[in-house]
Amino acid sequence: MSTTASNPKDLKKYTDPKTPAGKAADYLDQRTSIGVAVKEFARKVFPDHWSFMLGEIALFSFVVLLITGVFLALFFQPSMALVRWEGDLPQLHGQLMSAAFASTLDLSFEVRGGLLMRQIHHWSALIFMASIVVHMLRVFFTGAFRKPRELNWLVGMTLMILGLAAGFSGYSLPDDVLSGNGLRITDGVVKSIPIIGSYMSYFIFGGEFPGEHIVARLFTVHILLVPGLILALIGLHLFLMVLHKHTQYPGGGRTDKNVVGFPAFPVYVAKMGGNFFFIFGVLALMGATLSINSVWNYGPYDPSPVSAGAQPDWYMLFLEGSLRLMPGQAEIVTWGDFTLSLNVLIPAVVIPGLLFTFLLAYPFLEAKVTGDRREHHVLDRPRNVPVRTGLGVAFLTAFVILALAGSNDLIATHFHLSINAITWVFRVLLFVGPWFTFQVTKRICLGLQRKDRELVLHGHESGRIVRFASGEYVEVHTPLSDQERWLRVNYEATRPLELAPAADARGVKRKGYASEKRWHQLSRFFYEDRVEPVTPTELAAAHTTHDALAAADERGGELATASSHSADLER
Amino acid sequence: MKALAARRHHRAAPVVLLLMALLAVGGVYAAFAPSPAQAATASTADIETGKKLFQANCATCHGPSAEGTDIAPSLVGVGAAAVDFQVSTGRMPMAMDGPQAPAKPPQMNEEQTAALAAYVASLGAGPAIPTDDQVDPTQGDAAEGMALFRTNCAMCHNAVGAGGALSSGKAAPSLMNTSDRNIFQAMETGPGPMPVFNDAVITAEGKRDIIAFLTEQDKGSAGGNPLGGLGPVAEGLWAWVLGLAVMIGGAVWIGAKSS
Ligand code: HEC
Ligand code: HEC
Ligand code: HEM
Repeated sequence: MSTTASNPKDLKKYTDPKTPAGKAADYLDQRTSIGVAVKEFARKVFPDHWSFMLGEIALFSFVVLLITGVFLALFFQPSMALVRWEGDLPQLHGQLMSAAFASTLDLSFEVRGGLLMRQIHHWSALIFMASIVVHMLRVFFTGAFRKPRELNWLVGMTLMILGLAAGFSGYSLPDDVLSGNGLRITDGVVKSIPIIGSYMSYFIFGGEFPGEHIVARLFTVHILLVPGLILALIGLHLFLMVLHKHTQYPGGGRTDKNVVGFPAFPVYVAKMGGNFFFIFGVLALMGATLSINSVWNYGPYDPSPVSAGAQPDWYMLFLEGSLRLMPGQAEIVTWGDFTLSLNVLIPAVVIPGLLFTFLLAYPFLEAKVTGDRREHHVLDRPRNVPVRTGLGVAFLTAFVILALAGSNDLIATHFHLSINAITWVFRVLLFVGPWFTFQVTKRICLGLQRKDRELVLHGHESGRIVRFASGEYVEVHTPLSDQERWLRVNYEATRPLELAPAADARGVKRKGYASEKRWHQLSRFFYEDRVEPVTPTELAAAHTTHDALAAADERGGELATASSHSADLER
Repeated sequence: MKALAARRHHRAAPVVLLLMALLAVGGVYAAFAPSPAQAATASTADIETGKKLFQANCATCHGPSAEGTDIAPSLVGVGAAAVDFQVSTGRMPMAMDGPQAPAKPPQMNEEQTAALAAYVASLGAGPAIPTDDQVDPTQGDAAEGMALFRTNCAMCHNAVGAGGALSSGKAAPSLMNTSDRNIFQAMETGPGPMPVFNDAVITAEGKRDIIAFLTEQDKGSAGGNPLGGLGPVAEGLWAWVLGLAVMIGGAVWIGAKSS
């Protein structure tokens, strides 16, 4: 051994790579030391759960967007110059239109595979946003945004907003009637901002709407600015994820100090690869068989016509709904003939502003009312934080109601209802609905927690009835397995913050008492109603009775002392 | 023939020729042109049958001589086109009171419909039933039709004629299964909440172009299943219930492998 090791030539025989791939890797490693990073990542442990792959769906549909988007950019002409289209489609042959619209038609009817690429691109955009939303829901309801991951929550929120910007700017590129209607609404929203509104509108459109510049400007935003930012932020998002290590669901052996799972390589790399091809396949299939945004039906943009069923893509539908619900009377003309368009400003700026602010601020709000500065790596079961879960469901309710309101015309025709009645129902529901679902969800969570307590204390119902010598009947319960019990007892029922007295020991009023009191009230709202987990003492007490019962069961149901315990037994 | 040839150079010859040519053109025109007078030429027997049918089925609402009542408008001057449209789409006789008369399977056969139309047309001049030529999509220009449809119809009927909602439970129906004749008649007579598009608004040719455009729509969508032609809401629904659901299913499946 020592002789071989001392001879460098012999050593090289063992360590030098032999396969071409190995040689290439060695070449790279000698120049970049990339091996260290690869080893670090390959050994990273990832916990196993399907809900951890939701973000992956977003990531992979973004990759598909990049690939198909580059293809589209090769043929698309971001220009609003008027041209006459001489293509093959009878209903548009020989019509005047912008070069942008004409090139979209050429992409759809002349370029080989162009329509497929357009449709995959658009379906991917819808799925991209949908998966981001579902991924966010997972993070929210499991409390994965808690310390140290608050910043990554902010990065994720920014990604979602950038996704909206990407979708909106892309949707407006083909310059068809529908996308032009969307821009018209945007123009109205910008103009509704007091004082600077009309200047901003002129600035954005380079003059009076629609002008001749907006498509070219949106093109730069759509293929350079927004994708670049998204790419950079995805990098940051994943870097932070690796840095913080992945969270894990609660369960036996899982603590805030470890990660239980498989190493990234080969298990997760294989799974991720499989998932990528699966997602690409589904998107390609959708693009090939389901038509989406058939712009030739809408025709080239012209500011006058608006067709029935004019709606934005689903992720913008909540804004459309918010506008449709707002009564028009809120437009105020102040002194000096200055018009304040609250009928647009409130639904299109204030309401989305409130919704997004809530999402951005939530992690910090919850940390403050919890008074908790510890790190958390084990996720919450949604039932164990009833108010958070309730707030999430309430938020979702508001979002869904707004999206439905944005489709009120389709609801009216498909269910034979009056659109006026639907609009009024949604106006009321927007306020009542979230409150109602909050209460119901909170109650359900508390109920589930109580059920967990029962289970831990008394075990599963076995269906076997035992009769005592005294003539009393009881059902035998089988105890929970360690894993089952761990899942149900290992959480904290946070208590509301303590409020120090208003005056200190010498009777002097404390500074900041008023603000503290408000936080205290908020904390009470969060944690006043709670179900404590079963403590070891409670468990032990419950066990003595159960053990006695089980022993009696083995002896054939005779138990002289049973009557003294019977008061504690399940009825 | 000789006599004719001899008078070829008569002073009046050009005038006679001109008159004959005019007569010929007029005759051809009369034969082919749509004539509002057509209904008037219907046999009196038809009008009599129509009158009987009307009294049995329609008079309760429209009055014994179609002069109108509190619950239904007068039909004097609405023309054969209006009756043919209303009865052949099943709207009339109206069954149930609602925001607008719903289309349903027609209750009258073709002869009965023609008789009713003849009767109502005899009460006062109005738009006649269009000829096959007038509604022939192959003679129309789909591109012109699309432009006309976009500015005149799409705001109620949606961009491809899939239908849309109006106020208080009224709705513009889908035009996907409407016959060419009914499309023309709807424009001429403006049923229910729909405005009338007379020749001053959309010429007879324009109407045929619109029919050509709507016929183009029946050929299906280049991109695959058109999802009802309802636009982004339907697309979003499919993205969620098909696309994302399948992908989450895939994630559950892939996540379950190995462990
Ligand atoms: C239950 C009452 C009722 C009956 C029965 C009825 N109608 Fe009507 N009809 C109406 C009403 C109400 C309207 C106007 C509302 C509308 O057009 O939607 C109308 C409208 C019409 C119109 C359109 C008038 C216009 O201005 O264009 C025609 C044509 C017509 N009816 C023909 C008939 C014929 C023919 C019959 C018998 C086969 C008939 N109706 C039976 C109630 C009735
Ligand atoms: C103000 C909205 C409105 C406009 C604009 C409008 N329609 Fe209509 N249309 C309606 C309504 C409402 C009905 C249903 C009438 C009824 O049932 O009494 C209708 C019915 C029809 C029908 C009958 C459909 C069927 O199958 O029963 C046709 C065809 C039609 N419209 C074509 C057109 C065309 C073509 C145009 C454009 C030139 C047009 N409409 C413009 C509202 C509109
Ligand atoms: C970041 C995520 C992206 C989203 C959400 C997105 C979304 C969209 C949408 C909804 C459309 C309208 C498609 C249609 O016509 O039906 C579109 C069009 C377009 N996108 Fe994207 N896109 C993204 C990234 C990209 C990238 C990276 C590129 C190019 C490098 C690109 C290039 C284009 C082009 C050229 C069009 C216009 C072509 C056309 O409409 O036919 N996109 N995009």
